[in-house]
Amino acid sequence: MSTRKPTRKRAAKTAKRPAPKPVKQPAGKAVAKRAEAPPRRGAAPRTRGPGADAARSVAELMSYAYALEAEAAERYAEFAEVMEAHNNREVAELFRKLARIEHKHSEQILEEMGWTSPPRPPSTGYRWEGPEGPETADITDLHYLMQPYHALQIALHNEKRAEKFFASLARKATAASVRKAATEFMDEETEHVRLIEEWLARTPKPAKDWALDPDPPAYHD
Amino acid sequence: MSAVPAPAADAPKSAHTAADYKSDYKPIWCPGCGDYSVLSSFTKAFAILDLAPERIAVVSGIGCSSRIPAYTSCYGFHGVHGRSLAAATGLKLARPDLTVVVASGDGDGYSIGGNHFLHACRRNADLTYVVMDNHVYGMTKGQPSPTTEPDWDSKLSPGGTGLRSFNPLVIALAAGANFVARAFAGDPNGTAEIIAEAIRTPGFSFVEVMSPCVTFRPEQREWKHHVRPSPVPATDDAAKAARRLMTDDGFNIGVLYKGDRPPYQPPMGKGRKTPADLERGFAI
Repeated sequence: MSTRKPTRKRAAKTAKRPAPKPVKQPAGKAVAKRAEAPPRRGAAPRTRGPGADAARSVAELMSYAYALEAEAAERYAEFAEVMEAHNNREVAELFRKLARIEHKHSEQILEEMGWTSPPRPPSTGYRWEGPEGPETADITDLHYLMQPYHALQIALHNEKRAEKFFASLARKATAASVRKAATEFMDEETEHVRLIEEWLARTPKPAKDWALDPDPPAYHD
Repeated sequence: MSAVPAPAADAPKSAHTAADYKSDYKPIWCPGCGDYSVLSSFTKAFAILDLAPERIAVVSGIGCSSRIPAYTSCYGFHGVHGRSLAAATGLKLARPDLTVVVASGDGDGYSIGGNHFLHACRRNADLTYVVMDNHVYGMTKGQPSPTTEPDWDSKLSPGGTGLRSFNPLVIALAAGANFVARAFAGDPNGTAEIIAEAIRTPGFSFVEVMSPCVTFRPEQREWKHHVRPSPVPATDDAAKAARRLMTDDGFNIGVLYKGDRPPYQPPMGKGRKTPADLERGFAI
């Protein structure tokens, strides 16, 4: 098993990376309200495990990184299909693009490690802070009238979570090689956050009534 | 007697991936619907168990959740409202070699199919029953279902129904289900593991999946902030499980009860009637 090839290659990858992704978000008024609300006191933590402080070697760290990217790619691809089915082509295309980016990242990890197939998960399974990897968008974040801006907010949210994830790994790592690799990933995610923020700045903000549907599925007085 | 034994710790990687169980039909639910994740959990569970798609039958009734059979590459039967368990039981008894998984929703499963639910638990055929519960009839535009909260105020139930919510897990336990679990659609990997364990467990396995309906119950997006892994392991003591279920807040996720009751399976072989025998009885 090869060790991770450093920085030069990863830096090149980062530079090439197109745009970004989003934050938690859209769905009608209820969701907008929730996004602004402070964390719920007493809400149950979503923690399933200690996070990847279980990464004791570079190979294990890379396995986590692969799983994180692959799962994110899969979710964005699902989102693209959902939005296509609902004829929201602009957002579908954006999710498709995000899926391609994440897929490319996962392939790069395989290549860097010389793996010919996806790595086997650790015997305990992947232990994320939440139920899924930090770059995986929540299925309920979609709304049929959402706009590219919302999709980018979701991507931004995910990139920030990934940045935190790798920062935590770097902090907890006991092996210098793991710390170095985790820091590289963290730096890369920081760059992705910046790129998405730029992308968001170029994207028209939705009007306040973006979720208003003159013929809504749920009719309320 | 389980058709799907647990794998050894050093078992080779599954020859199947989740994609092998997806059909060419693209799923259609509302964007944000939890059922997308449950479909993904089905396919992941099948891959965990490394089952050949043609050895699985997915049976459903009517409703949003019951669209699932068409989205898998397994055998499927999209049946009559509330009668998925009746059809699935017949199939399992006639073809015990198949892994039979039943998909339903809270309306289909607990209202129209409520009586079948009770007796399927009691009969304990080797089925896995996955109910996607969103506390509303989504397909017919938002009527209260048996699990809807009594004070849920909506256009179609002004002021709420005032009716006590059905507690499916306790009822399943009391009626004799051999495996009882609660899962959450926002955790598709965890749900896949639970479904896989349910399939591995002989007898009637019941998995209640909290699956948000973002169209008619947008407040269910908040569920992800409430769910938590069950703080206690599964028990084989039905009385203890019942006490836990009666006192929990509905957000504990995991396997809650796992018994060892032998599944119902009448003997195959000589003396067993075939469809041809039955047809002869109706010959003119």
